[in-house]
Amino acid sequence: MEADSNSYLDMELLRFSTAGSVDDGKSTLIGRLLYDSKSIFEDQYEAIELSSKKKGEEGVNLALLTDGLRSEREQGITIDVAYRYFATPKRKFIIADTPGHIQYTRNMVTGASTSNLSIILIDARKGIIEQTYRHTFIASLLGIPHVVFCINKMDLVEYKEEVFEQIKKDVEAFASKLDVKDIHFIPISALHGDNVVNASKNMDWYQGGTLLYLLENIHIGSDHNHIDCRFPVQYVIRPQTDDYHDYRGYAGRIAGGIFKPGDKVVALPSGFGSTIKSIDTLDGSIDEAFAPMSVTITLDDEIDISRGDMIVRENNQPTVSQDLDVMICWLNEKKLQWRGKYAIKHTSSDARCIIKDIKYKVDINTLHRLEEDKDIEMNDIARISLRTTKPLFFDSYKRNRYTGSVILIDEMTNETVGAGMIINK
Amino acid sequence: MRTYNLTHIKELESEAIYVMREVASQFENPVLLFSGGKDSIVCAHIARKAFFPSKIPFPLMHVDTGHNFPETIEFRDKFIEKIGANLIVASVQKSIDEGKVIEEKGYNASRNGLQTVTLLDAIEEHKFDAAIGGARRDEEKARAKERFFSHRDEFGQWDPKNQRPELWNIFNGMKHFGENFRVFPISNWTEMDVWQYILAEGIELPSLYFSHQRDCFVRDGVIMSESEFIPQKPEEITQEMQVRFRTIGDMTCTGAVASDADSLEKIIEEVAATRTTERGTRSDDKRSEAAMEDRKKQGYF
Repeated sequence: MEADSNSYLDMELLRFSTAGSVDDGKSTLIGRLLYDSKSIFEDQYEAIELSSKKKGEEGVNLALLTDGLRSEREQGITIDVAYRYFATPKRKFIIADTPGHIQYTRNMVTGASTSNLSIILIDARKGIIEQTYRHTFIASLLGIPHVVFCINKMDLVEYKEEVFEQIKKDVEAFASKLDVKDIHFIPISALHGDNVVNASKNMDWYQGGTLLYLLENIHIGSDHNHIDCRFPVQYVIRPQTDDYHDYRGYAGRIAGGIFKPGDKVVALPSGFGSTIKSIDTLDGSIDEAFAPMSVTITLDDEIDISRGDMIVRENNQPTVSQDLDVMICWLNEKKLQWRGKYAIKHTSSDARCIIKDIKYKVDINTLHRLEEDKDIEMNDIARISLRTTKPLFFDSYKRNRYTGSVILIDEMTNETVGAGMIINK
Repeated sequence: MRTYNLTHIKELESEAIYVMREVASQFENPVLLFSGGKDSIVCAHIARKAFFPSKIPFPLMHVDTGHNFPETIEFRDKFIEKIGANLIVASVQKSIDEGKVIEEKGYNASRNGLQTVTLLDAIEEHKFDAAIGGARRDEEKARAKERFFSHRDEFGQWDPKNQRPELWNIFNGMKHFGENFRVFPISNWTEMDVWQYILAEGIELPSLYFSHQRDCFVRDGVIMSESEFIPQKPEEITQEMQVRFRTIGDMTCTGAVASDADSLEKIIEEVAATRTTERGTRSDDKRSEAAMEDRKKQGYF
């Protein structure tokens, strides 16, 4: 909250998720980040001070800051993704705070889906446990560009360097098998504040930055795809007023690449080509637009384009197909139905699909492929093949999170039941 | 080298425009809830941006408690005229007259809770399938888990344990007959973001937000505006004070803050330095620790 008004407008946005198990101090860490960065208001602090007293706790329990709903307060655990906000003079942060227990894999996946960075907590006394594998795997599966392992509760292992180094070595050994691009390690004590916002006085052997320093400085400029031009058409704007009689604008949010007036483009699925005439906003026309901007594009030629279509560059086109392989995270109590039919959403496109094959389930704790196990229940992750009722225009999830992701919807209940990441075959 | 980075304000704006367009595409009969407060003004501004050069393709609706600040109504009517939108007014007074709700009694009586009934009735009457609101997740604990597309059953109820997961930027607006959605395009904004955006975009606001002289009294540590709608206790003495409002709601439950901030720049300085949340001035949230959660479950925003 200390940002002054001039620098504030130049700040970048960093979205990060936190994963941890019930007792490894995740809520305390977030509470500590908010408290030490002075993002806590007096009335919020007073409220948790009062609750801490009511529960007979010593001191103020910072973890209470992030406990949202009454049912959670009663159980003392976080059951759903909760979003928190804070800002420093350098960046504004959105935290997707997700519970780490196995039954909440779906929440972790949800929180991770929009994150630039993931914080994974490890209890220094316990080292790597099953959940560490699971959290790291999910971060890698969801394509989170940066992963930070916070070795927490260093105070309980006398701030020993050996403990930190051993855990670091263990994590590196298994993370090398996963697709995680950028890994960091920080020894912390969330309870006492070591290396969270302020540098620790107890670990002079640690030369790296604090967690907040890393969050403020990590390079996120390359987290969007600025190479493959993808513009899913969301809405067609036709004012039909005197001033804009023949105006036909294609509104959408750029999913990848950089678009400029004069660019030769192709509309999918029709395949008709045209040239970008203008890129419009209420504040005037602009010279270029890139992900994740929301703009309106007009073309030189009048071609038939509607919601669900995609404008791309002539020489760089996505895969167009009705058959796709996806890694799916199952989100619903009702099992995935082999040969079942679901509604599917992909960018601005709606279709139906049939589950053609369940190839294998992933044991998210050991990362083994279970090829015989076709029982896909809530919180399971599996590789499946789908066939859609109409062609989708997609990239692999690895290449582009927005043109590479789908959700499945149960047509009876309308619930979102599956989150899929497309694999390029 | 040219870097392709959006500032956080531009990224939040882009996200909100995207959500507006999803609403217009996925629903047949959406409505934008407009209270005359800064968050709903920002939403209306974003809706203009989303559909320019067309007009906003859905109406705006004001749930009128009848206990508004006169400045709010004056602003509302001018604003609607300027942007050329359709305005629907849903009246809490009418719900009271029709016997659908019973007014609270006593010193702290407020019509804030009654709005829920009027809102749900209006949604049913006009057959709205999505109501867009300016609620933000940073406002209050129970809102931290709210979705962009928040599903409500046929009773308008919110079930915090049974919300649809929301992944990437794919929003699921599918629903059964009679169900509807609440949609919150500025979910990810903070109070500071809203103010910075208002300044950057040159958005006009009701005069209540800026420091002015007003007849006020103090109740439970909150500065309240003197009004015909609030009975004062003998010890609650009216005095002229230099105040402004951080949020604008019903006169009976919206507290003022002592402030000299008479420009957006000064307000931003004040917000940056302030140590209490804006809902700290809302007496309706103070009723119990889970006050907001309870009201939300019943269909309140």
